[in-house]
Amino acid sequence: MDILVLLKMVPDVVEELQVDAGGKTLDTEFLRLMPNEQDIHALEQALLLKERHGAKVTVLALEALEVDQALYEALAKGADRAVRIGPASEQPSTRRAAAQFAQAIAGDPALRSADLILTGTQANDDLDGLLAALVAHELELPFLGIVVSVSIDAAGRSATAVREYAGGVRGEFTVALPAVLGIQAAEKSPRYVPVAKVRAAMKSSSIGSMAADAASAAIPQIEVLEMAKPAAAGRASMLEGPVDTIAGKVTEILTERGLL
Amino acid sequence: MGTSSAVCPPPEELTFDSLTQFPEGRKVLTCIQCGLCAGTCPYGDVMDYPPRRIIAMLRAGLIERVFTSDSLLNCVACYACMAKCPRGIQLTEVLLPLVKEQVFLRLPETPPELNKALENTLRYGNPTGESARKRVNWVKTAGVPIRILPEDPRPVDVLWFVECQNSYHPRGQDISRATAKLFHALGIDFAILGNEEKCAGECARLLGETGLFDTLMDYNMAVFRNYRFNRIVTSGAHAYDAFKYQYNQAGFSWPMDHVTPFLARHLDTLRPKLTKRLNCRVTYHDSCCLGRHNGFYEEPRMLLQAIPGVKLVEMPHNRINAICCGGGGGGMWLDTYFKAKGYERLSERRAKEAIGTGADVLATSCPYEISRFEDALKVFGWDGKMAVRDITEVLAEALED
Repeated sequence: MDILVLLKMVPDVVEELQVDAGGKTLDTEFLRLMPNEQDIHALEQALLLKERHGAKVTVLALEALEVDQALYEALAKGADRAVRIGPASEQPSTRRAAAQFAQAIAGDPALRSADLILTGTQANDDLDGLLAALVAHELELPFLGIVVSVSIDAAGRSATAVREYAGGVRGEFTVALPAVLGIQAAEKSPRYVPVAKVRAAMKSSSIGSMAADAASAAIPQIEVLEMAKPAAAGRASMLEGPVDTIAGKVTEILTERGLL
Repeated sequence: MGTSSAVCPPPEELTFDSLTQFPEGRKVLTCIQCGLCAGTCPYGDVMDYPPRRIIAMLRAGLIERVFTSDSLLNCVACYACMAKCPRGIQLTEVLLPLVKEQVFLRLPETPPELNKALENTLRYGNPTGESARKRVNWVKTAGVPIRILPEDPRPVDVLWFVECQNSYHPRGQDISRATAKLFHALGIDFAILGNEEKCAGECARLLGETGLFDTLMDYNMAVFRNYRFNRIVTSGAHAYDAFKYQYNQAGFSWPMDHVTPFLARHLDTLRPKLTKRLNCRVTYHDSCCLGRHNGFYEEPRMLLQAIPGVKLVEMPHNRINAICCGGGGGGMWLDTYFKAKGYERLSERRAKEAIGTGADVLATSCPYEISRFEDALKVFGWDGKMAVRDITEVLAEALED
């Protein structure tokens, strides 16, 4: 079984994000990129499937700052192959990123034959969490999103995925392979890889590279009209004082709003 | 690098034969299997492989079984076994890190909260996952001027290595403010590295994540070399150990100290400034690193007794017998794991002893201990009755205004 994991680097929100002077993009001076957290869950799910079924796991990533570190970590964790699609461009829109992934897969026989394509069900630079769905659409493959566990049948022809809904409801779906799954969370918390193993992977393995299909550059980026930090629309007021006073104020507010 | 110095074999080649080719390793031959290590180990009762058994397994050629057990995750690197070993075998210092490194490389799964702390330390230089650019933010509230070397790189006498907990944790920041106030009162020429400082890495090393330790050591050493200073004084008890015993492999040769013994050395100057009577009973918790590992038993007590109105009372386990707070060797990020296994948290075991003394204040000198003991006291509903304070906080409170 061949499993493909699609990995995208996204802004690290631990660092204080700043909007640049133009007001349409992030200030890149202190911006750091990191692998999308849910893509790391997709990798973890792929490695769990590999442990169960002996799959070959390939991680495919879009060229970006610090992407090599992320790919070596994936190799150190147990991925068999890592490929980056380049050259790096401005942070691609979800539509363009999906096209770059889909065209790279479609154009390479080894990638095209994958049985399962896993990626994060959303990312912090997505508008609507559509990357996995758009990749599936481009490749004309079935798609399931918001997946929290995956099992493969004995013949390797279908996958059963558990999907999350609101209110703690879960649905179980069986899908014929090949298919694209958007992973919400792996069955287990993503594993830690010791630094020594990453260093060993850097020595013993290499990252393949592919050129992004020129056609994907024609896909328009989203036009950003304005980027700004959220402005506070209103404020909560804290009720202070002895319990009786607070209770009195609560009653007053509720009465004022016609709720009592 | 790391533990693979000349005192022991590279961990991947750890066998009885390879170990015994090194002077420290040969000491393992002298083990009399007395079991004092297992008996004194705070988690010895729940460990499949306490040090005595590890040595027995090594001798029997069965060390691989130890490597594939998660038993060593229970080791909180408290130096109790090493301090008690009648043969003077360097258990916590040499043997256990070698074994733990192999365990860490082989464990199929490590607890998620620990994983996050390690990933954060690698990426942001601190285990809590705060931005490296916010490390210095506490300085704005210090109340006294603090020179930040990257902004003002003139030579300085004392390079104060603040460490993660005291840079980011709200209670740790209280310790930093108190320390700055004391340094200022003593007229010490000091400066900090600000956002250029990263975790010293000792807990990662004692957990077995040697690669992370080496990365941090190389980074911090490169930063140290950019500045001119006479000595390093650190608030981190674990950082003290890292600098004293490990960083020398990377060329560390500056005189160095921990804040507590450093202040004790300045006691003659400090004492006349301690003019406020505090009128409280204080019990002191010996940090494993400062106490058992480095013998600083009297310095913290001298400082506390120099404060007017402080009555020092001892817990049943004190000095070499002190019970670890459970935070060392990665234990800081294993509380959930220990709790899930049904083990008593060591911070709670220790807090019970502190409560038993009737003290008003539990004084500490390692940054981890504040949050660990404050949480433990809450478990017993004792948080309103006993305060946990770093020695620097108690001293700063007693300073003349």
